Amino acid sequence: MRTETAFDVSRASRRSRRRTLSYLAFYAIMTVLAVPFVFPTWWMITSSFKPITEIFAFPPTLVPENPTIQPFIDVFALQPFAQQYWNSAYIAIVVTIGTMLVSSLAGYAFARIQFPGANAIFLVVLVGLLIPAEVTIVPLFQMFNGLGLIDTHWPIILVSTFGAPSVLTTFIMRQFFLALPVELEEAARLDGLNRFSIWWRIAMPLARPALAAVAIFSFLHVWNLYLEPTVYLQSTELFTLPVALTRFTDAYGGALWNVQLAAATMTAVPVLLVFIVAQRQFVEGLAHTGLKG
Amino acid sequence: MTLTTVRALPSRAPARPGGAPRRRPSRHRRQDALVGYLFIAPQALGILAFVLVPLGLIAYYSAHEWNVLAGTFRFVGTENFERLFTDPQLGGVLQATTVFSIALVIANLTLALVLALLLNRRMRGVGFFRTVFFSPVVVSLVAWTIVWGFLLQADGGINGMLATIGIEGPNWLREGPTAMASVVIVQVFKNVGLNMVLFLAALQGVPHDLYEAARVDGARPSTIFWRITFPMISPTILLTVIITIVGSLQVFAQIAVLTQGGPGTSTTVLVYYLFQQAFQFGKFGYGSVLAILLFLIVLVLTIVQWMLRRKWVFHEN
Repeated sequence: MRTETAFDVSRASRRSRRRTLSYLAFYAIMTVLAVPFVFPTWWMITSSFKPITEIFAFPPTLVPENPTIQPFIDVFALQPFAQQYWNSAYIAIVVTIGTMLVSSLAGYAFARIQFPGANAIFLVVLVGLLIPAEVTIVPLFQMFNGLGLIDTHWPIILVSTFGAPSVLTTFIMRQFFLALPVELEEAARLDGLNRFSIWWRIAMPLARPALAAVAIFSFLHVWNLYLEPTVYLQSTELFTLPVALTRFTDAYGGALWNVQLAAATMTAVPVLLVFIVAQRQFVEGLAHTGLKG
Repeated sequence: MTLTTVRALPSRAPARPGGAPRRRPSRHRRQDALVGYLFIAPQALGILAFVLVPLGLIAYYSAHEWNVLAGTFRFVGTENFERLFTDPQLGGVLQATTVFSIALVIANLTLALVLALLLNRRMRGVGFFRTVFFSPVVVSLVAWTIVWGFLLQADGGINGMLATIGIEGPNWLREGPTAMASVVIVQVFKNVGLNMVLFLAALQGVPHDLYEAARVDGARPSTIFWRITFPMISPTILLTVIITIVGSLQVFAQIAVLTQGGPGTSTTVLVYYLFQQAFQFGKFGYGSVLAILLFLIVLVLTIVQWMLRRKWVFHEN
């Protein structure tokens, strides 16, 4: 391998220097482009450790000069934040598990089981993809109002699990099952397993990648819901995090920025950490599901 | 998404081997059909209760004056629809909606494509930057919006940094043009990573020999982009355009947190206006009419997508 002449060496070194330069240019451009993606998160976290006197300091301080955890304490003093955190967490978990079940059952049936009207029903279900949640929010509010379910978590849980948001995930599950070889299931059938057991014991374990995508999509969707809890919830202790985040104000309605940002940090950072650990699943899962503006 | 695949419903009944006993499979099949209905029941009933019935109710409500605050509910016929055409604010609302959608689509797709092209190479650190550009997608929307709102205050971080280099920044969220621009920018950086990933996948699907052939022919990079890359990824571009437009019509939290539709109605997009009319002013009848309008816009966009897709099947699988 090492038989370069002097000429080769100089050419190689020139080429490698050129390559180093283009590397440097590439990294410089990427770093500049990365600023608006990273800086807000950095600013959110650091500002939540600033006392209110430093929050609008000039010149802006990139790192808190007098770091304090007082904003984080205030978060819990101003609102039942632990309760609100629990609300968001349990709703997200219930809806995520519920969506995985609803969508994998329906997706499996649409892909594998023959029954009269399957195509027609599938088309009708797909209508859910076309209807933005904002279109149906008025009648849904009235329906839940009639059922006495306003100011409870039921509307959020029921609509997210069974309504329009789960159509996309059903579609994903159906596509996955269509692509899955059917032989294993047929063998299990010959062994006398019924459909339910085949779905649960054969198909579901094989569908783990699709289920992961469904879970990620569903969790992020519910965790970020804002319009629905704004409309359905009235009591502070029932709020989910996105609604609670907007209510950290002083007596005059002015935003308590450092407290608000501390709450935002506690909301955003855990999900961000999970993302960094499991980013491959996140990116692939969301790229498959596709789809938010 | 790919609604067109509906047509590709496969025939799922594998040909049964001849000579199988006749009665058992039919009982089996009936039983199987029952299981099929049971499996889809939660989803189908959910769609019935939370999509189809509400859609029907919108039509019903739109013909009524329903003022929750006053506790009145009465039939008004087409009054709400007539209001739609005489509403002095609606023109501004539709304009804001259009401006927001178009600006968002152009900014989002351009940036997404640039990022994807830059990252579509084998180099150390590419994965890291992909993670960086994607990360806002998983940051809670309201948290992301709040910190941008904080940065964009008159005496906030962005103007503070501009001031250190001697530039006096505007009061971003309180002046018409910059308020709209701010909402667009906040939304672009939040979600551009998703489109970037879709573009990256599309770019990696372009066959290498096409590029090599072009290079052998001495094509310039810009020619290669416009003659090869762009046509090859055009289905993805169309898909992301539609996804982004439909998504842009649903922008609510950003408006509610950043500008509350202001100043004036300069950032009052249709969804926010609908929310105001129905839930702040208690006008559910007129809110329902606005919901029908939103539905029709999305419907038209979807139909346009279908038609374009038919025409624009340059290469699709």
